[in-house]
Amino acid sequence: MNAEDIKTNSSSRDYLTVMIADQKFGIPVLQVQDVLREQKVTRIPLAPPEIAGSLNLRGRIVTAIDVRKRLNIKDDNKPKSSMSVVVEHKEELFSLIIDRVGDVLNFNDASFEKNPSTLDQTWRDVSTGIYQLKDELLVVMDVSKLLDNVGGEKI
Amino acid sequence: MDDLIVEFLTETNESLEELDLDLVNLEQNPNDKDLLGKIFRLMHTIKGTCGFLSLPRLEKVAHHAENVLGRFRDGDLEVTPGYVTLIFESIDQIKYIVGEIEETGAEPDGDDSALIAKLDAAYEGKDISGESAPAAADAVAEEPQEKEEEAIVVNIVQKDLAPGEVSLEELEAAFAAAPGMDGIVNPADVKEEEPAAAAPPPPPPPTPKKKDEEPEEKSTESKGKSTQTLRVNVDVLEDLMTMVSEMVLTRNQLLQIARAEGETMFSAPLQRLNHVVSDLQEGVMKTRMQPIGNAWSKLPRIIRDLALELNKKIELVMRGQETELDRQVLEMIKDPLTHMVRNSGDHGIEKPAERLAAGKNETGKIVLEAFHEGGHIIIKISDDGKGLSEEKIKNKIISNGLATEEELEEMSTQQIQQFIFKAGFSTAEAVTSVSGRGVSMDVVRTNIEKIGGSIELKSVEGKGSTFTIKIPLTLAIVSALIVETAGEKFAIPQLAVRELVMVSEHSENRIEYIKGSPVFRLRDRLLPLVSLSEVLNLRPSVHLQAFAEDAKKKGPVTKDSEEKESVSVGDGAEDDKTTPRNLYIVIAQVGGYEFGIIVDRVFDTEEIVVKPVAGILKNLKIFSGNTILGDGSVIMILDPNGIAGASGSIDTDLQEDAQTDAVLHADSDKKTSLLLFNVGDNTPKAVPLSLVARLENVKMEDVEYSSGQMMVQYRGTLMPLIPFNSSVQVSHEGEKPVLVFADKVQSMGIIVDEIVDIIEERIDVKLSSTQPGLLGSAIINNHATDVVDIAHFLNGINREWFKDHDDTPFNSDSGVNSGKTKKKLLLVDDSPFFRNMLTPLLSVAGYEVTSLERPADALELREKGAHFDVIISDIEMPEMDGFQFAQHVKSQESRWANTPIVALSSHATPQDIERGRSVGFTQYVAKFDKDTLLNTLAQTLSN
Repeated sequence: MNAEDIKTNSSSRDYLTVMIADQKFGIPVLQVQDVLREQKVTRIPLAPPEIAGSLNLRGRIVTAIDVRKRLNIKDDNKPKSSMSVVVEHKEELFSLIIDRVGDVLNFNDASFEKNPSTLDQTWRDVSTGIYQLKDELLVVMDVSKLLDNVGGEKI
Repeated sequence: MDDLIVEFLTETNESLEELDLDLVNLEQNPNDKDLLGKIFRLMHTIKGTCGFLSLPRLEKVAHHAENVLGRFRDGDLEVTPGYVTLIFESIDQIKYIVGEIEETGAEPDGDDSALIAKLDAAYEGKDISGESAPAAADAVAEEPQEKEEEAIVVNIVQKDLAPGEVSLEELEAAFAAAPGMDGIVNPADVKEEEPAAAAPPPPPPPTPKKKDEEPEEKSTESKGKSTQTLRVNVDVLEDLMTMVSEMVLTRNQLLQIARAEGETMFSAPLQRLNHVVSDLQEGVMKTRMQPIGNAWSKLPRIIRDLALELNKKIELVMRGQETELDRQVLEMIKDPLTHMVRNSGDHGIEKPAERLAAGKNETGKIVLEAFHEGGHIIIKISDDGKGLSEEKIKNKIISNGLATEEELEEMSTQQIQQFIFKAGFSTAEAVTSVSGRGVSMDVVRTNIEKIGGSIELKSVEGKGSTFTIKIPLTLAIVSALIVETAGEKFAIPQLAVRELVMVSEHSENRIEYIKGSPVFRLRDRLLPLVSLSEVLNLRPSVHLQAFAEDAKKKGPVTKDSEEKESVSVGDGAEDDKTTPRNLYIVIAQVGGYEFGIIVDRVFDTEEIVVKPVAGILKNLKIFSGNTILGDGSVIMILDPNGIAGASGSIDTDLQEDAQTDAVLHADSDKKTSLLLFNVGDNTPKAVPLSLVARLENVKMEDVEYSSGQMMVQYRGTLMPLIPFNSSVQVSHEGEKPVLVFADKVQSMGIIVDEIVDIIEERIDVKLSSTQPGLLGSAIINNHATDVVDIAHFLNGINREWFKDHDDTPFNSDSGVNSGKTKKKLLLVDDSPFFRNMLTPLLSVAGYEVTSLERPADALELREKGAHFDVIISDIEMPEMDGFQFAQHVKSQESRWANTPIVALSSHATPQDIERGRSVGFTQYVAKFDKDTLLNTLAQTLSN
């Protein structure tokens, strides 16, 4: 967190919390465009596995990313119906498929910590840090990094 | 009024407006060559169009004005204000005539000799600025501009004096400071920009101006009549398009809901909305698309007039008029197309007598063709005329100082031909009213490149020229065929689809397999097939698997195989009837290459708006875009190019080249004598007869074995024998036909089952093979036939058998490459057969082989900085033969001057060899002499 961020945001930030395989993640709420129920997704053959396909969101074609695959989380305990969070990245829309969407929460910067060095490399690459909540931890998702390295390629 | 005329008037009025502004700019920057070129081209266009609408008076004025501009452009004349005025005068005269035509539909009476005389004087370089020529004879024609200029000056002086505040000295000083030019420019500007009816700004134009405005007024009025179109910004249209798409989607959803609800109060208005939206969608699409035929409508007449004028017989064939393209694109290519067709008629087609003398039909043919191809529109203009004369182009290049003789020496024919696209280039000996000013091709290229297109030229002297214009289809509304494979739907652009074939194992149309690769016989042509599910790495369809299964069993479906896939298809033949195993083949064409795509199901065609795929998927070449279908689902659009590429064995680049080169290579498709034979399986095999030394029948009792190798005593030596493959039955009795291949002292034999025939046929390998020992498949004698790679057998046997002998002609261990990095070898041969034959041979001998079809390609590689240790070149090649190629390679500045080059020829006479040496060939080797070739190579490289 740099000084400017803290100043403009009076040392607290809003995050949309999402659940993936019992782990809570936070997506900066300002980046979220839409929250969708499970959608009909068109598979894209030959695409990297973390690309679930594409879908039509009010006339725009959105690329759906299977965040579980992206984060190397196994498909165990996958809920019957998933949800997705639509974000914009480099002028294109992406729908991040996650298990379930929680509340929008405001976190104080005081409880923010850098990623522990023992955290899985993939996770460290897509997270800016961790918030310590009362009885659990929340991983802050860096959407650009998450999307930049889909399929091992820079977009 | 004639449509052509109306169109011409609209165009001309636009051009004129542009011209006025440009001339003003030109006066301020007299040395701006670009500007001069632009003005010149505009004039040229006006003149050119007039010529074909039989507007002689207008044409004459434009022609003479163009002459003067031509001199400006070439830098022969300096642009002085006086000259600019003169050009203005001509333009005004043109405007007047144009105005009259709009009014009355015909050119006004009168003559422009005075103006033309002045233009001619200017053309000869006489100073005309001081002259004050009498007014043109025409009643309505304006006063000469010079007079006007004087009048303005006088007027200004009077006006300034009137207030009495300014002294004469001051005035004179001010007048000197402001260059006389301003006095001319401003009124001209004002005249252009102010509406004719508006009050003139101060200083008020002098009286002569009024006269000047008369024709102008007329033309503005009547312009309203001829322009019934409204120009709309493309962005607006594009926005509209997007919004309409959204609307269509919403409507579709509404309709779906309505259907579920049954009859409600919304049904009727919804139905109405449905129709309106459909119409709206169609309308918006229409705003951008136009059939290319619109741009061609003038051409038949132009060609007819041209033929009359030049005493030629020309037939114009137009194909693909209905090809739709973006309106804006159409506008941009209209003029270039006209120019090019005119050029073909003027420069390309010869006079009837000449044609007859050249053994051609008296009537020349110009073919104009338009079609879609892989997201592009291709427009081809070809003629069967005399083609481009390399000599003439060279001379012109030298005389224009565009390149030196030495530089030209280095260039390939194609590079030289490219010069015709340079500004100020024309090989026509006489400048006619038709063409020959060296403006056309320059304009053509500029215009086409402006819209992101490209133009290619292929010309063979004496045979004709073909121009290929490729224009990208930006906002593409294409109709697409929706297909399904492995449960997924995909769209294939309809433009790439030639036809659809349904196949089932019981019908005549069935998929056949050659070594596991599916092929399909379509009206005597052998089409390679690609399974879409395989290409896309999807679960292969059950049907296709069943097909392949059947094919393995050879012959018709047996009960046995039925049962095997009964899991999926059901039980026995009865079930088979209810669920017929049908597959569909989408016959697609990419360039000149046709292939079939196997899919499970074919749905409707749908009009789709191609949207680019997400950046993250850009590297998937197989998709050209994606789109949203009517039902709101996203569908990927397949790129037939990508499919062809992804199917591996097909090199689309080569295919495309092969197509464009078709003209050039028509003569090189020589027939080869082929020996056909059978081995165990049902596919006949073919081998070039020239490679076979003898055919023998060998008694199997005579066959002896030595360390597992079959051999036979043959002419006093031992000859190794190998069966063609494992399916050849080798018993210990009876006779077997053997193909004997001889290498100097050594021979070897290949045992086959049966010699079928010797035929003369052109080898056209349709499918390359990954199977060792086979080059690929071709249609020979109406059968799918495997072409055998003899080099593979020779090599195999030599490794094992020749090893113990002293002379090891092509054992890779003895080569120059042992232990070192591979030597790079460039092979240039126009015959695909020999390339295919030699490449594996040379590779096995330890060379890194690059094989090319044309010397020009090789020279291109040289330009790109490629390096080779040795070059092997064929002698007889079209376009550029081996001797010429060697000359290029060995020329002074060539970076390859020190690379040894070995000639490869089917006939090596002493004269040939002498000639070869003289142009720089290091060695000369007969084509079939593999030993010598390999030894020579080794020798050459070790030296």
